[in-house]
Amino acid sequence: MNKVSKLAVSAAFVLASASSAYAGCGIGSGSAKLLANDFPATQAIASAATACDGGGASVTANLNKDHKDLIVAAFTANPPEFTASHVTNSTLVAVMNDGLAQPLDDLIAKHGGGLQDMQMITIDGKVMAVAFMANAQHLFYRKDIIDAAGAGVPTTYEGVLAVAKKIRDKGLMEYPIAGTYKAGWNLGEEFVNMYLGHGGEFFKPGSAQPAINNAKGVATLNMMKALTEYMNPDFLTHDSNAVQAEWEAGNVALTNLWGSRAGAVTDGEGSTAAIEGNTMFAAAPTVSGGSTPATTLWWDGFAVAKNASAADAEASFIAVMNGISPAMAAGNADAANWLIAGAKARPVGKGVVDSAAGGASPYPMLSYMGTMHGAIGAELADFLQGKESADQALADIEAAYIAAAKEKGFL
Amino acid sequence: MPHRTFISFIWPSALAMLLFIALPIVSVGMQSLFIAHEQVIETVENCGPFGCKTVEMVNADATAQLRADEPLGRFNGVGTYTNRNHLAFAEIRLALAEASGPGDFANRVLNLPFYKALAFTLTYTFVVTPLVILLGFFIALAVNRIPGMFKGPTIFVSLLPMIVTPLIGSLVLFWMIDSKGIIGATLQMLFEDPGLSLKASSTLTWLTLIVYGVWHSAPFAFVVFYAGLQTVPQDTLESAMIDGATRWQRVRYVVIPHLMPLAVFVTLIQLMDNFRVFEPIVGFNAQANATSLSWVIYNDLRGSDGAMLFGSAAATSMLTIIGVCILLAPVVIRTWRANRRVA
Repeated sequence: MNKVSKLAVSAAFVLASASSAYAGCGIGSGSAKLLANDFPATQAIASAATACDGGGASVTANLNKDHKDLIVAAFTANPPEFTASHVTNSTLVAVMNDGLAQPLDDLIAKHGGGLQDMQMITIDGKVMAVAFMANAQHLFYRKDIIDAAGAGVPTTYEGVLAVAKKIRDKGLMEYPIAGTYKAGWNLGEEFVNMYLGHGGEFFKPGSAQPAINNAKGVATLNMMKALTEYMNPDFLTHDSNAVQAEWEAGNVALTNLWGSRAGAVTDGEGSTAAIEGNTMFAAAPTVSGGSTPATTLWWDGFAVAKNASAADAEASFIAVMNGISPAMAAGNADAANWLIAGAKARPVGKGVVDSAAGGASPYPMLSYMGTMHGAIGAELADFLQGKESADQALADIEAAYIAAAKEKGFL
Repeated sequence: MPHRTFISFIWPSALAMLLFIALPIVSVGMQSLFIAHEQVIETVENCGPFGCKTVEMVNADATAQLRADEPLGRFNGVGTYTNRNHLAFAEIRLALAEASGPGDFANRVLNLPFYKALAFTLTYTFVVTPLVILLGFFIALAVNRIPGMFKGPTIFVSLLPMIVTPLIGSLVLFWMIDSKGIIGATLQMLFEDPGLSLKASSTLTWLTLIVYGVWHSAPFAFVVFYAGLQTVPQDTLESAMIDGATRWQRVRYVVIPHLMPLAVFVTLIQLMDNFRVFEPIVGFNAQANATSLSWVIYNDLRGSDGAMLFGSAAATSMLTIIGVCILLAPVVIRTWRANRRVA
């Protein structure tokens, strides 16, 4: 064994003993079982949180791409299958609809010293979740292609169409735009973004009655259809993974993709330096003369299960606080747009920050929004394939929503 | 057989069938008659990193009491079955009254999610089933003729499509038929159409799913028929040869009648399997162009963020079971009659 590797081994021992000294993180009893989505930011959080494992405390984390389909079932069980879960604007509502999350005020008073006010998601005065990052779909563009087409960076969707036309006319790319238009949740989200960009309202004020069958809805659909003219014909099968792959392959020049993918398309993997070096980010475009970016702002956070015992809830909260600590954010500055105190703004996070600064709306936290989102995602594909009119598509969405909302007891 | 013996033989399976088949179906049937309680909605202030807003949310405490009193939910009778997302009686009546012709009526009906799914499910079932039987039969005939030393490897290779998990098989093919995948790019070259995409149009998506279905299920029919071919009476075949029957005549008048009971068996299994078509739709991301009844159930259970529609999923499940029964009825009745004649 040479000197260097001896040094490395002894350093590793020192580190290991240091971390075992910290193990437990002050968790006296109880066990924390965390559930979260699986992307770089949650991986960093999970590894920071599970460092508390040991020394009488049990902290485990399950990272799962399908986590949003598991939360409600996991929290309904008593004792819960997971004591704390990653939630977002929309999934917290699903959890709250069934009253499955517990207020965190007492735990924050005891252990939440480092939290910033804006991290606390309050509903009716009670903190129901602590947020750690912000996310939004925003514009990704290829500077080299836009320059070659002799165009500027578009700030409106009308501009996006004009730039795409120039790119196609110059023969640079046949399908310059990509979008997460996969039928289902993704397509529903694209509609929500564009409709809010038009200033639309989903429901009649103060009720669960749908209100999307209007001129703004038609304009939204027509803009989406116009964008798809510049997309790969397979667009109805494209989710974020597929769009990221198309981007990294250099097949597209403009897309409205998640901020959480900005790091992934500039990480020096899966693409060429030329493509990565020319990948730029901006706020989501506005549309139809509107002033706010056509996107929705999302926060990601953690909620604790109501059915968790007091000891487990405390253990979970401490583990989460260690997971989303300023030290973790400082060590993983490029992984996300952290909302955590002291986190530096990352260069690739510009799109999310600019979209928020531009006044984009947060994703609506309404109890019946999930049902509406599902109906939109299921009923839009026919219109985008030219099989039915915009009015018919909107009428279909409303009818599908009404049937589902009646079953859920909202109407 | 004395009744006692018969009962002591049958009771373990009867009990298992009751526990694992009958009871769950009854439970699903019950579930389909109920919907969620009326939600108590209240307006609350919601604050977060993007500011404060007043929002309407469910008061979970208020609905908890309702739920404790009636855990199944509100009784809705067959309301879920007849609503727009299932049999859509009201919409069909409206279509009948307003449609300008049979074409318009069909369009209106096929715009409803249940009938859209049913259309694909039935097409898939009735195209894939006969093709699987035909293809399986011809593969079996061919394999039966090849020399002994090649038989083992050939059978193994022929069985591969069935060994691959349907979801994985369809995902692999999904990437192969991509316009940049090996199959997709080859097709573009063959048809000299750079815009050709198997994923973009309904017709081509249906075709892809059907081809996948045949590819996946043909080995099952092949294996059954191949086993059957080993039992074809050689005497009859030889007599037919002496009588001057051609190869085709021997197949037509000796082999096929001998394999008929097996064909009925394969048809039954394939009708049931194909009516439940699901994995390829997920694997091929085909839901924009093709949905099946099973996919509709899946979508109800995990389509949107936590907004699961248990009653709706249960209703579609019951309708699927009824559909399977209707499909199988002719085959089962035929078999029953044939057995009675024998007895």
